Amino acid sequence: MQIQKRIEPLHLIFAALGGVVLLFFVAPLLNMIFKCSAGQLIETAQDSEVQRSIWLTLFTSMAATLVFSVVAIPFAYILARKNFPFKQLVNGIIDIPIVIPHSAAGIALLGIIAPDTIIGRIGETFGIKFVGGYGGIMVAMAFVSLPFLINSARDGFAAVPERLEKAALNLGAPPMRVFFTISTPLAWRAILSGLILMWARGMSEFGAVIIIAYHPMITPILIYERFGAFGLKYARPVSVLFIGICLLFFVIMRVIATRKNSA
Amino acid sequence: MLKVEQLSKRLGDFIISDVSFDVAEGEYFVLLGASGVGKTVLLETITGILTVDSGSIKLNGRDITHEKIQKRDIGLVYQDQALFPHLSVRQNIAYGLKSRSHNRSEINNKVNALAVEVEVTHLLERKPTTLSGGEAQRVALARALAVQPKCLLLDEPLSSLDLGSRSEMRALLRRINRKKITMIHVTHDYEEAISLAMRIGIMENGKIVQVDTPRQIFQHPKSEFVARFIGIRNFFWGELIKNKHSPDKSAEFVTSGLQLSVLTDEEPGEGNVIIRSEDVTVSTEPYSSSARNVFEGTIVDIATARLGIEIIVDIGVEIAALITQDSVNKLGLGYGKKVFVSFKASAVKFIKA
Repeated sequence: MQIQKRIEPLHLIFAALGGVVLLFFVAPLLNMIFKCSAGQLIETAQDSEVQRSIWLTLFTSMAATLVFSVVAIPFAYILARKNFPFKQLVNGIIDIPIVIPHSAAGIALLGIIAPDTIIGRIGETFGIKFVGGYGGIMVAMAFVSLPFLINSARDGFAAVPERLEKAALNLGAPPMRVFFTISTPLAWRAILSGLILMWARGMSEFGAVIIIAYHPMITPILIYERFGAFGLKYARPVSVLFIGICLLFFVIMRVIATRKNSA
Repeated sequence: MLKVEQLSKRLGDFIISDVSFDVAEGEYFVLLGASGVGKTVLLETITGILTVDSGSIKLNGRDITHEKIQKRDIGLVYQDQALFPHLSVRQNIAYGLKSRSHNRSEINNKVNALAVEVEVTHLLERKPTTLSGGEAQRVALARALAVQPKCLLLDEPLSSLDLGSRSEMRALLRRINRKKITMIHVTHDYEEAISLAMRIGIMENGKIVQVDTPRQIFQHPKSEFVARFIGIRNFFWGELIKNKHSPDKSAEFVTSGLQLSVLTDEEPGEGNVIIRSEDVTVSTEPYSSSARNVFEGTIVDIATARLGIEIIVDIGVEIAALITQDSVNKLGLGYGKKVFVSFKASAVKFIKA
């Protein structure tokens, strides 16, 4: 039977609305890009302050993602597999960083990692500087971006049939081996997309980081500073450059992720 | 070998209560019951996937009721195989071996030997999703056998297979059992049970209501479930001999000096035949009809059955016929009377052992 290809007028209206939304996303970005000359961009790219901040942002967001994934992924597994009292409350707590203002999150974090706090002092003895240091940037980024990894990994683990894990146990595999050879590989697509999401979200974080570490300066703060000190014209090329790099990494990671899964 | 005592477990709508049975070393034990009576729940408690509410499970005298799944030495083949989709067939079969830290070449040799045994050598590098039901079932079997479990549990291992691969799989299961591997096989298919079981346990409403040899179970049913197959009163062991000149699928079945005509697809060999008592006709004169099996005998018993009257006629073996009270009256049937029993070759069902 031939599927009828009659166009429903209502759907045309919906598609038109979709067009408006896309334009809303794309138009400001394109406007910004076209207002930058190639010369400005090249000049900005050669600016050592800009280079340093971009490397710093990429490094801290990636490190925060990897360090915190070690605790977040096993936690996501428990959330997917086990029922326990107040589980809904726990799930709610995980979403808190998404719904609160990030500057407020920064203030809250500052209260427990400042140099005069226990955590601040412990960090100092291990050479980790939170306020105004890499450690603080990573903590701020992780605080606001970790929910994306946990939620995605939890959904990924939940989609793995429990029967497969039981079958592996039945074959004599200890739980640790089952986790690494069955659960994690089968949930890998969701975990990886959670990692990418967390990393991207951390990279673009501004509010929480600026409270804890204005310096060393990550790119979102650099953009803000150039805007405040020199105006729109000087903030624009840095923004375009940073967006370009973010998108480039994002696309590369996505390609790697899909390729690995189809293999 | 495996001893289950007063096992109880409640899981949602499934309840098994007070289940006791034991299985001897090397035995092929079949748990037979309609779907939803808790057979799978019972298997899962034996493997430790589910905890028990009460009761005990002992394996060779060792209490494993609360033992961890991975330390029970009881293999399980799932109804849907539960093969690991991200691993190749080879890696699936090797999975359990790797937990026991064999070296690589030892694992390879074992996997290859198992692949030969279950005839999946040509599939070793494939992914499970590309396998047919029968192939996947063989791989699942090899994977379970790899760790040399003391006892192998099979959950409806034939239900997802087509007819052809079903009889191949039955032959394979028998071959494995002959290597002294104790098997517990769960099914809702009584033919499957008759074909494979040394003993059958009948499950009904979460309880085991009868444990006995196939013959005893079907001739002397103690439950409604078995009684529904009331025709299986006629249950004979013997040998099928193919009639080479036959243009159709007819064959001869020889049992206790009696020779029956049978219509069957099965290959010659030993097995059981069952004839439903409703398919057996009783007459006082021999008459010509399409029924290939006509025997003269003496009535040795007349009893009221759930439906109608059951007449037992001795024709060399005792055969039961289910007829109406009306027929009994009209033919004047009684103890010691000489009668003819007849049934069609197509009413004789051969189940190869």
